[in-house]
Amino acid sequence: MAGQTSLAAGRWSRGFRRFPRRESSVIPLLQLVQEQEGYIPPEAVRAIARYAGVPEAQVYGVATFYAQFRFQPRGRHVIRLCQGTACHVQGADALLEHLKERLGVEEGGTTADGLFTLEVVRCLGCCSLAPVMMVDEATYGRLTRRTVDQVLAQYRKEGR
Amino acid sequence: MSRVAEVQVGLASCGVAAGAEPVFRFLAERLASKGLRVKPVGCLGMCFCEPLVAVVTADGQRFVYGPVDLKRAERIVAEHVQGGTPVEDLLAPEDGFFRKQVRIVLENCGEIDPTSLDEYLARGGYQALRRALREMTPQEVIAEVTKSGLRGRGGAGFPTGTKWAFAAREKDPVKFVVCNGDEGDPGAFMDRSVLEGDPHRVLEGMILAGYAIGAQEGIVYVRAEYPLAVRRVRQAIAEAEARGFLGRNILGSSFSFRITVKEGAGAFVCGEETALIASVEGRRGMPRRRPPYPTQSGLWGHPTVINNVETLANVPWILRHGGEAFARLGTATSKGTKVFALAGKVRHSGLVEIPMGLTLGELVLEVGGGIPGGRAFKAVQIGGPSGGCLPASLAHVPVDYESLKEHGAIMGSGGLIVMDEDTCMVEVARFFLDFTQKESCGKCTFCRVGTKRMLEILTRIVEGKGTPADLDALWDLGQKVKAHSLCGLGQTAPNPVLTTLRYFREEYEAHVREKRCPAKVCRALLTYRIVPELCRDCKLCTRACPTGAIVQGAGRFQVIQEAQCIRCGRCREVCPFGAVEVR
Repeated sequence: MAGQTSLAAGRWSRGFRRFPRRESSVIPLLQLVQEQEGYIPPEAVRAIARYAGVPEAQVYGVATFYAQFRFQPRGRHVIRLCQGTACHVQGADALLEHLKERLGVEEGGTTADGLFTLEVVRCLGCCSLAPVMMVDEATYGRLTRRTVDQVLAQYRKEGR
Repeated sequence: MSRVAEVQVGLASCGVAAGAEPVFRFLAERLASKGLRVKPVGCLGMCFCEPLVAVVTADGQRFVYGPVDLKRAERIVAEHVQGGTPVEDLLAPEDGFFRKQVRIVLENCGEIDPTSLDEYLARGGYQALRRALREMTPQEVIAEVTKSGLRGRGGAGFPTGTKWAFAAREKDPVKFVVCNGDEGDPGAFMDRSVLEGDPHRVLEGMILAGYAIGAQEGIVYVRAEYPLAVRRVRQAIAEAEARGFLGRNILGSSFSFRITVKEGAGAFVCGEETALIASVEGRRGMPRRRPPYPTQSGLWGHPTVINNVETLANVPWILRHGGEAFARLGTATSKGTKVFALAGKVRHSGLVEIPMGLTLGELVLEVGGGIPGGRAFKAVQIGGPSGGCLPASLAHVPVDYESLKEHGAIMGSGGLIVMDEDTCMVEVARFFLDFTQKESCGKCTFCRVGTKRMLEILTRIVEGKGTPADLDALWDLGQKVKAHSLCGLGQTAPNPVLTTLRYFREEYEAHVREKRCPAKVCRALLTYRIVPELCRDCKLCTRACPTGAIVQGAGRFQVIQEAQCIRCGRCREVCPFGAVEVR
């Protein structure tokens, strides 16, 4: 595991070079790492701090301020259930309960088999299709409990 | 019948989500052999019948079909494209959707290929820039924008010309223009649609702003949750650079300007300009005190103009048609148009652009087509979580900055959620406050602690544990949070609570005094019961119940055991006879 980590650190620093060594690169660097790793490992915080020339505590402070950044690896597929206003008034709450029950996880949790991570987002901007969820990059609209189950089943089938 | 010249498919995020991509691929394949181009376009606005396909004839007529699946696409090809006869029964029902709309910001959206600079040029794109650089001084550009009466479309409504004039008079040789596309309001997608559907328009607005104030650099700040918008803007920047509309010596003039993209990392407060600056600089997005205003000291201490996407998208039109033409639209103090994202319990959910001064009633009932399913129009939430809930009785209120403020709401960025009788206003207020409370950056005590206390009270009320004294406490706290917060987030966060308290007091009273939710939404206050006379003993509900709360009654009917019922409503959903009653 340790060997993998240092390999990864090497890979980041090559990507880092596209960005100037200054404070304003902290967020783009965090985004870069997360895109590659799926989350922000502790070593990345150190590497970014060193590269941008700011204290580690500051990088950590920035990373925890923004909703985008995570410190835990995610499952193979990320389900993002929209809880925006339009989805809310169209009953997204019940879908959240349903997803939690079907997956056996809470918000932000990853299923035991590592297949799904359940996240809640504020608005996906597809309000006319409410209620909506995204699985990775694909969006599913006008959801009901039944269609949610169908979507899950489809990914489970492919996942095996 | 005129020959078909072009077929367009709406491929904005929402169209794609509704399944437009397979339709696009199918049409492209079928029509390629006939030498007919199938063009991807942005949001057509009629999100209520996505996926949308438009067939344009050689004489310029446009037929919009929707919703279109593969089978229907096949018919459109056979009957309209080849047969020359429009397929009447597949046309998207427009009934009144466009009648009262005026399209300035959205004039190209959904009609041009957003990835093509040439199509933007064919629509008069970059003409305003060409004219400004050749014939106008920066002061004249500012004067024209001032004359138009354009005000900030991000919500606060500050006069754009004045903002530019403030930045222009600063002596600093380094200045910035920032386009604020951090559209964080849940229920709003105007900026996304414009960036996806007509990105050059926003770039042209930014370049003009840069020329007007003497800036050399622009930054588009877009939410990372909008991957397609980010891609489209990047693509547009590259193309504009290649063709000399961006970069060094634009169009042969002495003016140089470059634009970069910054992806927001997800913080609602970053829509506030000083927080946005902190975020671009790489720090936690926390607002600071103003003055100094960003026009004096913004990004890295340099003068910075921060305008919303929609504000900038108006600018090319204003310079092309003149400030006066713009000022003829709208009301005395609110000029031009406003784009709204209509959603919620409304028939025509979608993207609309109306002249300022149209009433809320016209907007919801005519443009929006009214409430589906024969339900009653109850309220409209305008301005997102910072806005207010106005009741149907205020349908005569015109949409302009001052009128909305007077009634406790704000124009906001353009989110507009329609609510019907099945929406509980107390629960909606709790929903919005839950959002703002979580998004509070924590800097000001009133916003950090005040919103938290308010949320606790509201949660108590929807759980049936509220008291009449809670209502006064809510009102009092709300006033204080508004008065003592530094930035717009805290100053507006109590709005949904205060407006619902003001206009829907009786609903709050029912929750705290009678422990009853009139809209039948708040779970803790509901009771489910099976009416024995209607029950046919099919046991569908019994099988659907997740807690085993439904058992055989004393006869051929089922009974819900109150103690085990979690009020999830599943029994009611599955009952084919409508025997499950909720109170």
